[in-house]
Amino acid sequence: MKTKAPRFYYMIPYYLWIVLFVVAPIALVVYYSFFNITGDFTFSNYQNFFSSVYFRMTLSSFWYAFLVTLITIAIAYPTAYWLTKTKNKQLWLLLIIIPSWINLLLKAYAFIGIFGLYGPVNKVISTFGSRQQILFTDFSFIFVAVYIFIPFMILPIFNSLDKLNPALFDASRDLGASSWVTFRRVIFPLTLNGVKSGIQAVFIPALSLFVITRLISGNKVITLGTAIEQQFLVTQNWGMGSTIAVFLILFMIIVMMLTGQKDRGGAISGKTK
Amino acid sequence: MKEILRASIAILLIVALLFYGVSLLEKGSATTSGGTTITVFNWGEYIDPELIARFEEETNTKVIYETFDSNEAMMTKIEQGGTSYDVAMPSEYAIEKMKESELLLPIDHEKIPNLKNIDPYFLDLPFDPGNKYSIPYFWGTVGIAYNPALLEGQSFESWNDLWDPSLKEEVIIVDSAREAIGMGLNSLNYSLNSTDLSELRQATDKLKTLGPNVKAVIGDEIVEMMRREEAAIALTWSGQAADMMFVNENIDYSVPKEGSNLWFDNMVIPKTAGNAEGAHEFINFMLEAEVAAQNTSYVGYSTPNQAATELMDAEVIEDERFYPPEELRERLEVYKNLGPEMLGVYNELFLEFKMDMKN
Repeated sequence: MKTKAPRFYYMIPYYLWIVLFVVAPIALVVYYSFFNITGDFTFSNYQNFFSSVYFRMTLSSFWYAFLVTLITIAIAYPTAYWLTKTKNKQLWLLLIIIPSWINLLLKAYAFIGIFGLYGPVNKVISTFGSRQQILFTDFSFIFVAVYIFIPFMILPIFNSLDKLNPALFDASRDLGASSWVTFRRVIFPLTLNGVKSGIQAVFIPALSLFVITRLISGNKVITLGTAIEQQFLVTQNWGMGSTIAVFLILFMIIVMMLTGQKDRGGAISGKTK
Repeated sequence: MKEILRASIAILLIVALLFYGVSLLEKGSATTSGGTTITVFNWGEYIDPELIARFEEETNTKVIYETFDSNEAMMTKIEQGGTSYDVAMPSEYAIEKMKESELLLPIDHEKIPNLKNIDPYFLDLPFDPGNKYSIPYFWGTVGIAYNPALLEGQSFESWNDLWDPSLKEEVIIVDSAREAIGMGLNSLNYSLNSTDLSELRQATDKLKTLGPNVKAVIGDEIVEMMRREEAAIALTWSGQAADMMFVNENIDYSVPKEGSNLWFDNMVIPKTAGNAEGAHEFINFMLEAEVAAQNTSYVGYSTPNQAATELMDAEVIEDERFYPPEELRERLEVYKNLGPEMLGVYNELFLEFKMDMKN
């Protein structure tokens, strides 16, 4: 029995961390969601959430998060596959990760310049025809979001592809499978966990993006993150802000459950912003 | 494990030493100057730094200068009371709110003889009767900044001119609920302080029909976008318009005839003040005619200081875009503090507008 005591002590920091920075904040968010702006207990925030504005906002958040995730997978999977075939894997991987170390705001402001009417992209366009409004469109929003999230999709997919035993490909080919069938029946199912981790690392933060909705899409794309920011900072209605946050947490749990997995080998700790 | 422990202890020790050093230095600088200190809490780019240096020299008072970017952020910091801010420059509705929450100290008018320089029009306003808690600093309007060089002769005498179908995706709107919904209200000839839900509904619906003309809803980035001619038209504050014109001479500014918002930023002494005496001295200094004139030409907003206007270029003072004459001002409205519930309504309608403007 004595051997168990030290193990318990080692766990104290971990439990403290979980309670202070995971359980307590979520409990506070749920608690605040039951109070209105004057501090009275109420369920009206929840009623309000199901009003048309927030409901449609939720749908549009999901739609854009879905598009962003889909496009990141479409780009990240082949990239990750190609990465496993290159000679200097670690170097290429580092080059892909480095941009994610740069502050999000800095990248957003850089894109304002790049996509601007007199920016480099339009300079190229203007040699073919008239300048186009690129900034403040759906295109610019999705482009920048994909750019920001791509490393978080490539990494888990790369990890799971890299772990595959090459003998599996040979076996598949020996048994007469074409390369498409090998991919569909062998490679993809075995790397599905990597894709799922990638979806978690991209879809969930994409639901609540708010910096680039303002800077890059000029508030023409609205996500739940925009609404939370406004409730807390402008209206100072913490109750409504918390209610939206509660729903966001619920949606995240649902996404986690849908993409849940027993073997978390491919998981990486994604940045959540 | 031992190495990690040793390294952490070493880092902790260094941090502790540095903290001690900083506290020594701070104490040192406060005593060696021989004078006192005041902390001024102001909007960014809202004072001529030369004037701070001059005040420090003249009064032997050290000025610690900090900035904020929204009234809400400023109030939160003062409420928390971590720093002893001696002077702050909130807008009128924030002053009303701060008075209610008892965050302000009364101002002793005997210590502010230069108050006589202020145009009486800007004194004794509804948000602070008798100027018990606040002294005028700058004022301005909300209107339309536009660049005729990028347009085809459109002008903006009326808010409804923004709805012109030829302005597709040209208009930038400032990301602020009261200004945006206010534009809808003004275009329908309703009060900017309307709390009538059906009027607000109409204003929001009207604003939604502006959707096709809206280029973006953004914050301070507006100034840069207008300067670089990325955008032709912006709903903005007069001061931001002045900032744009300072760099790009093509830009013009107009306050539509239906009326608009008239706003004031005043100097107050928060209850956190550690040096109320110095704060009075600073406020009085800023009201000196010559100081206010220099500050106005640096900042570019409109000054309420009559004595200062006499020292300034007539060209600036007679510019009706920034110094609208009194009969024009009659049509302008000052924001009232509508209370948190109404502010919530405005913000929710603004969110709804943002949701729907693309369709």
